[in-house]
Amino acid sequence: MSIFWGMLRRDLALARRNAGDTLAAVAFFLLAVGLFPFGVGPAPELLARIAPGVVWVAALLAALLPLDRLLGADYEDGTLDQAMLSGLDPALVAGAKAAAHWLSTGVPLLIASPLAAIMLNLPLEGLGVLVAALALGSLILSLLGTAGAALTLGARRGGVLLPLLVLPLAIPALIFGVAAVEAAASDMAVRPHLAMLAAMAAAALPLCPLAAGAALRAATE
Amino acid sequence: MLQADALAAERGGRSVFAGVSFTLTPGMALTLTGPNGAGKTTLLRVLAGLGRAAAGRLLWSGEDAMADRSAHAARLSLVGHQDAIKTAFTVEQALAHEGRIAGVDPAHAGAAMVAMGLAHLAAAPIRILSAGQRRRVALARLPLARRPLWLLDEPTVALDHAGVAALGAVMAAHRAAGGIIVASSHLPLPLPNAAQLRFNVRPREDVDAA
Repeated sequence: MSIFWGMLRRDLALARRNAGDTLAAVAFFLLAVGLFPFGVGPAPELLARIAPGVVWVAALLAALLPLDRLLGADYEDGTLDQAMLSGLDPALVAGAKAAAHWLSTGVPLLIASPLAAIMLNLPLEGLGVLVAALALGSLILSLLGTAGAALTLGARRGGVLLPLLVLPLAIPALIFGVAAVEAAASDMAVRPHLAMLAAMAAAALPLCPLAAGAALRAATE
Repeated sequence: MLQADALAAERGGRSVFAGVSFTLTPGMALTLTGPNGAGKTTLLRVLAGLGRAAAGRLLWSGEDAMADRSAHAARLSLVGHQDAIKTAFTVEQALAHEGRIAGVDPAHAGAAMVAMGLAHLAAAPIRILSAGQRRRVALARLPLARRPLWLLDEPTVALDHAGVAALGAVMAAHRAAGGIIVASSHLPLPLPNAAQLRFNVRPREDVDAA
């Protein structure tokens, strides 16, 4: 297990040194959300109605940005070979990568999400639920994304393939995540939606690293 | 003890080598020589458990090494063509991270740097290092992780004379402690009394058949 923490620690140290990548994802997220008032018109009630969906979709797209390099950089410079030779199970190597992605991209997006929501006039009572739902949603996307990145390793134009592979799988999380925020805004029960999201995260937590681990093994063979 | 028993490998459906057998007892070294494309790197990757052998068996201390690839990986170090170091770190940071991932105390990074003549570069970012200096950083993983089996693919490429001498001393210490080394090279390696495995040029009809 110390190998797992060692890898995670190195990836987080790298993310801190290349902080521009994280900032780029957060800036993209805020900018994408900020474009909507220009696109659909600055009507406050319209923006409030579409706010949960817009924030979620923008966060999903922003979280996809660094996925291409998440494993691609390691694949190209030989670090992935070394990771496979660390003695750690490939599924745990993938798990460390997913954790690094969530901590270096998902969490910063999470912190920026209330600001994005306020920009779109989301009712304040929905903010807490938005962050809670997005916390689970970004975790799911990090796990799905790592599996997608592992599967497209070595493929030509893998960067184009990756969103096509990952985004459809993220649709269920998007549906329940947006529904949770809308329920909160209209004083309905929030917990069923959050429970569904938590169930999806619980399913993705073992399954995605296993799939990604097998793909990593195949990519380094 | 590392034993290869009639190992064979394929790449893209074409046979690269077949019938490779050898036994290496503690302290022994094996050099792989032969022309480009003869299968030296492929053999090293098979020995590391990264590549899959098309036929044959690989045994460690008499037991099938491929049965548990993670356990096999934990007893070897591979230095391949790629240095596999992150250029954003300094030499010291990179080796401390390597140490943690290898499960050794990161404080050993200092000794590994001294062994490869990197002590004066400890605080230098790897980004600014030359190819030979980066190679030394990659090779410093070997004395750091202290695994019994070292697999080296062209370890002396880009190294200067002092670097080759430092690697020679590190390899001699490893063998004296009962370690095993398998290294490929086109250049003479500082490995006294090493056995040699020569890969021959493939017969022409074989290439055509592919």
